[in-house]
Parts: sequence; C-alpha cells; structure tokens
Amino acid sequence: MELNLEPFYLSFKLATIVSIILFLIALPLAWKLSQSRSKLKPIYEAFSALPIVLPPTVLGFYVLFALSQNSPFGAFIEDIFGVKLVFNFYGLVIASCLYSFPFMLQPLQSGFESLPKSLIEASYLCGKSSFQTLIHVALPNIKSSLLTAIVITFAHTVGEFGVVLMVGGSIPGETKVASIAIYEFVETLDYRSAHIYSAIMVAISFTVLLLVYIFNYKQKKIGFLG
Amino acid sequence: MIIIDVKKRLFGSKGDMDLDIKLDIKEGSFVSILGKSGSGKTTLLRIIAGLERARGNISVDKEIWLEKKRVLHPRERSVGFVFQDYALFPNMSVKENLLYANADENLANKLLNMTELDEMKDTLPTTLSGGQQQRVAICRALMRKPKILLLDEPLSALDMQMREKLQLEILKLHVEFKTTTIMVSHSPNEIYKMSDFVALMEDGKIKKYGNPKEILLKTSGSQKFSFGGRILDIYKADILHIAVIAIDNQIVEIVLDSNEAQSLKIGDSVRVSTKAFSPVVSKVK
Repeated sequence: MELNLEPFYLSFKLATIVSIILFLIALPLAWKLSQSRSKLKPIYEAFSALPIVLPPTVLGFYVLFALSQNSPFGAFIEDIFGVKLVFNFYGLVIASCLYSFPFMLQPLQSGFESLPKSLIEASYLCGKSSFQTLIHVALPNIKSSLLTAIVITFAHTVGEFGVVLMVGGSIPGETKVASIAIYEFVETLDYRSAHIYSAIMVAISFTVLLLVYIFNYKQKKIGFLG
Repeated sequence: MIIIDVKKRLFGSKGDMDLDIKLDIKEGSFVSILGKSGSGKTTLLRIIAGLERARGNISVDKEIWLEKKRVLHPRERSVGFVFQDYALFPNMSVKENLLYANADENLANKLLNMTELDEMKDTLPTTLSGGQQQRVAICRALMRKPKILLLDEPLSALDMQMREKLQLEILKLHVEFKTTTIMVSHSPNEIYKMSDFVALMEDGKIKKYGNPKEILLKTSGSQKFSFGGRILDIYKADILHIAVIAIDNQIVEIVLDSNEAQSLKIGDSVRVSTKAFSPVVSKVK
C-alpha cells in the first residue's frame, strides 16, 4: 500500500496558516488585555475562552451557519469575492482560527502578565509608546510563552476534528486533514492505515512537544523571564 | 519651581488613607523623603512620574504635568525613575538599556565612564551585581536628561561600602546633570549626607519639611546625644537590669534602673539620650 501523505500535508498547511493569522490577531489583543484595568476585562476573557469549553460541534454548527450562503455574511462574501466559505479550505481556516484562538491568546496574555510591572513602566519612562514597549521590551522577554502559544496553537489545529468535520466535511485534497483521514480508516475498518497514520501523528506531536520543553528548560537556565 | 499639590485615596493593608501632599521644591535641589513603610512615599514618587493617577496639580518649571483634565503620560514627562527592583531590560545589554532611553552614544559613554561601567557595557544586566545594576538603572534614568530624577530607596539593598560609594556617585550626577532629585530613603545617615531638604511623611501627609539638620537631629533641650532605637533584650545581671538596644546598625548595652526595666519590654521603640558628658571621638584605624 502506498502511503498517501496528502492529509498530513493539509493538516500542517492549515495549522501553519492558522498559527500565523492567530499570532497577528492575538498578539495585540493579549497585550491590551494584559495591560487593561477595565471592569469589562472578565467579559472579554470569558468570551475569548469559550472555544475551550464549547463542544466542537456547537462551534462548528455556528460557524457553518454563519459562513453558509444562507447567512448575510456568507452571501456577502460570495457576492463580492465569488468564494464559498463552507466545505472548502477557506472555511477550514476560519473555523480553526476561532477554535484555536484561546490557545494563542492565553499563553501570550499570561506571559505579558508575568512580566514585572516596573519593566513596562520603565519603558514608558524611556519615552516609548505602548507599541514600542510591546516590540522591544515585552515580546523579547516572554520567549518561552511565545513559543508555547505558537506550538500549542499549531498542535491544537493539527489535532482538531469536530469543527473541521462540521465545516469542511471530508473532501480529499481540500478538507480531508489527517485526523479526519484516520476517522475514515477506522470507519471503513482499514485498521492498518489507521495504525500507520496514528503512529505518525504520535511521533510528530511528541517530537514537537519535546523540542518545546527542551527550549523552555534552556531559557530558564539562562534566567530569562516568562 | 516644582509645585506639587496632589490628593489620592489609598487602599492599604492597614485600612484606607488619604494621601494629601503639598510640596514646593526649588529646582536643582536634592530632596529626601523619609517615613515609615505604608506612609505613601513610593506612591508620591509614582504620582509625580505619572504612573499612578491622582487629583490635583503638578507643574514643573511652568510646564503643567497634571491639572484637572490635563494628565501628561509618563513618556511625556521629563522624569527619570529608578525603581527599587531596578527594572533593567533583561534582553538588552547595559549599553542598549541606556540607548533605549535615548540614542545618544556620547552621553551613554560619558555616563558609563562616570560610573565605572565601561567594561560591562556589553554584558546583560542579569549577570551584574546589585551595585552595578543600580548604577545602570541610574544611568538609564539620566539618559533623557530629566528635569526630575526620582529614586525609590535606591541603595537599600546594598552593603555599607557600596552604599557610600554610590551616594557620592548619585550626588556627582545630580550636580552634573542639574536635575532636581527626589529620593526615598530610610537611612538618616544617607539623607543627611545627600539632601538639601527632607520631607518627613506620615499617613499620607507631609509632617515636617526642612533642612536635614532640623528634621533629623533628635536632641532636645540639654540633651547632648539622642538616638532612636529598639530594645532587643532586657536581662538581669546581679541587681542590675541591662537592656540591649539596636541603634541603626549597631548594638549597645545600657544599664536600666528597676523602674525603667519594668516599664520597658522587648520590641519597644525607645530614645537613648544623655546629658552633660563629653564623649571621646577618635579615628578608627
């Protein structure tokens, strides 16, 4: 049997794109939240953490509903760009971004919050803006939180199943990612392929996590914060 | 003139307290703030720097930093702040820490030279000793040539020798940069040596303001010597009672009569004073 690597390729492509998009979105939000003294902060935090507790099917259902041609948003996108957002790769990216959002936001936010307050204040007193402080002081001093956020988001996206199935279905080469391929092998009683795919997933996941822990351990040894 | 007139409600562990400070400071002077912990000293510094909100007015050299609706952000205030924990950026070398505040190479080199940090300029601050980190923090605070330099117990974590060395360096920099310096300190010795004026704070208010001699000398009337101290121990030796009293960093034994011994207990704050004797002062070899 020849091993079809396409589902893995799709999984990693999806995870890479989602990680990049979420990094750009979550970074300023995490920074704002960490510095915020607003009374509304718990509301923002609870809202952003929703994807962690919601069943993937609930999230998947809402996303499917919002992106389909029957919703104003889905119709708008289709009218303007001529793109359908469900049962294709775009829909998968949008759904995964929502689903993995807290996994990027929370490590970044707690990294920023663990920085000594005086460090941020010292930067302001050096005449720097909030953005300059983020780039030059905050971000370089939360390296391990940064890595954790990116890796966890990536891994979580690779590992997701429910949302992807709801929004993307299982179209080979388009939305059939590794986790769904494994599900189908099991359903069709192709245990041999399921074993091979699963073993590959375990090996990759373990290696990635191992590298993260080694990196974090070294960072602590050097004495970096965060 | 630097005019400070601020109010703020503070919520402390010992209950709430109103900070209410009126202070006019002559430009270029060195002012020390003395007071128990929890009296609002650090908060006052933070309000001046703009790190803490408060009602009232602050104007520096006719520039308004705080007024009803006008609150200048810390980055817009010409102020240098030395934090108790130094707050050096761990990802930048000593020199980069300085240049981050102001990209003036010459000034950075001059400051590093004045504080004997030349050789350390490329090292990361985490590898420096406490005294060295403190100097970097002071240099960084001066990089923007601030009108006001705020020092929050800058020397409290250092040993005696290093303290004395840095006291001189801070004074040198204070004169060289013509800043107005406001320093929180617990050490009367330090305050006396360095300051032009002393503000004694208590419960969020300024209790006394004057020159160091007026505020710090505790003798009154015919007393020749008077020191504040704390009783560490009282013990009986034959018919005498002897108290062991800590005065600043030193410990003395003083004979008590039985009335005194009964009215005092371990942990009491006491004043040790004498009248009519002439002490011998000799140089320590």
